[in-house]
Amino acid sequence: MTSFLNALPGAISQGLIWGIMAIGVYITYKLLDIADLTVDGSFCTGGAVCVMLIAAGWNVWPAMLVALIAGMLAGMVTGLLHTSCGIPAILAGILTQLGLWSVNLAIMGMKANQSLNVNKFDLLVSLRYLQEVGKGVRPFWQHPIFLVGLFTIAIVAILYWFFGTELGSSLRSTGANPNMSRAQGINTNFAKVLGLVISNGMVALSGALLSQYQSFADINMGRGAIVIGLAAVIIGEVVFGKLFRNFGLKLLAVSIGSIIYYVVIQAVISLSGINSNYLKLLSAVIVAIFLAVPYWKSRHFTKPMKRGGTTHA
Amino acid sequence: MLEIKNAYKTFNPGTVNEKTALNGLSLTINDGEFITVIGGNGAGKSTLLNAVAGVWLVDEGSITIDGTDVTRLPEHKRAKYIGRVFQDPMMGTAATMQIEENLALAMRRGKRRTLRAGITAAEREQYKDMLKILELGLEDRLTAKVGLLSGGQRQALTLLMATLQKPKLLLLDEHTAALDPKTAAKVLDATEKIVQKDHLTTLMITHNMRDAISHGGRLIMMYEGRVAVDISGEEKLRLTVEDLLQMFEKASGQMIASDRMLLG
Repeated sequence: MTSFLNALPGAISQGLIWGIMAIGVYITYKLLDIADLTVDGSFCTGGAVCVMLIAAGWNVWPAMLVALIAGMLAGMVTGLLHTSCGIPAILAGILTQLGLWSVNLAIMGMKANQSLNVNKFDLLVSLRYLQEVGKGVRPFWQHPIFLVGLFTIAIVAILYWFFGTELGSSLRSTGANPNMSRAQGINTNFAKVLGLVISNGMVALSGALLSQYQSFADINMGRGAIVIGLAAVIIGEVVFGKLFRNFGLKLLAVSIGSIIYYVVIQAVISLSGINSNYLKLLSAVIVAIFLAVPYWKSRHFTKPMKRGGTTHA
Repeated sequence: MLEIKNAYKTFNPGTVNEKTALNGLSLTINDGEFITVIGGNGAGKSTLLNAVAGVWLVDEGSITIDGTDVTRLPEHKRAKYIGRVFQDPMMGTAATMQIEENLALAMRRGKRRTLRAGITAAEREQYKDMLKILELGLEDRLTAKVGLLSGGQRQALTLLMATLQKPKLLLLDEHTAALDPKTAAKVLDATEKIVQKDHLTTLMITHNMRDAISHGGRLIMMYEGRVAVDISGEEKLRLTVEDLLQMFEKASGQMIASDRMLLG
């Protein structure tokens, strides 16, 4: 139990960082109705770009900005493969993800991982800082939970504003009803590309934060990211779905969903002593169940609903 | 207002499912005309509307709206000129968005979508007034999700959305066919009201011969991807269902096969 409590701040920090990725997944999966598998690759892209630039002596902020842009480019590739080349969205994402594997290796100088010396560089977040704040060596605001929390709120605020604009609304309507959107003069292809760009930007940003937090980037750091993202989205929806109606709060629920996910995983590791090798299997099973439950419910537990007359066209 | 010249469209060419839906169709519509379109199943009525709306491009021929050649223009760009209501009530609105959000999207049809607010307070008041015209009580439910509305309410809302920015051309694709008779009549009433008020150039497909006769100033009957009968003016005023049936038989050389064209 004590080991769990000791690990709790770390789990919450990680949950918050991955939560930003999950917000990216929310944009594609929930708003655009696209399961975008690019994220498994673009998450690592963000981490790799950030680590390499910081190692090259860049300040953290511009390094993270470039990471964000790199992720956006990855999203754009997927978007163009889907819209301009007519490749189904899920396959377009897989193609980009596969290609990114080589790109990510190239970014990291053809190495499978690159580490950062925490003592040498000023980072935004780090596992080390978490411990040092606890010991009183560093001021409280350098605590990852505080910093990433603030970061998350800023991102949610920006996205909340954006999706309320004319452009952001056209993106939401594209996901809700593409036929109607085109009839109302919305370029649905552009909207999809834009959504994928924003989403993968968030994902890469999250990867950049995680690489700083763990002080290294690894070619496999994004493996299964889409599943973690979906888990966070679904947990957030199950827990807060009835409570949070506002769009901003829904985004926040995704972040909290991610924290819950990591705390539960940490609890499973600490309390059951399960081999951490099985975590990915556990995640996959949990997400599969949560995706299946609404479907089963709709098939077996609801009465047929009549709405809007008959359709004998 | 609309000029279609010699339009051809074949679906699934070179397969067993090959279907020539438009077969050298030509049609000229004048400014302010309200045209009803009838024809049997597969006559090409919906294909005609989709060709004009740009759901896909025609194989041959040209389409001109108000002097602008739109033949190669994609659907979302043509939307600037066209308001549309579909047969399926689910198709014209975004179910997961609010009534006012749907209207705000329609308000920006044909305009650049920028980073300005997606909906303003002044608009909301305007929408309330407009929804009152429909007499469905929607003016008090601006923030309700459209998915909660009935089929008739959704069609009425779609109609309002199609005409919020006055379109050069209003396309109605059997927009009352999926509704019960009472609701259908109500939506048709609202249609007539809006078309009259804004003098909209309108193309309305219907399966109901009586509706086709009682609405609009011109009636066209399609057969095998072409205009087979075109009646307007005095002749249209005197038209009866029996006349139409005779014309159909003459045009197609066969007895009418579809019950739905007879009934209703």
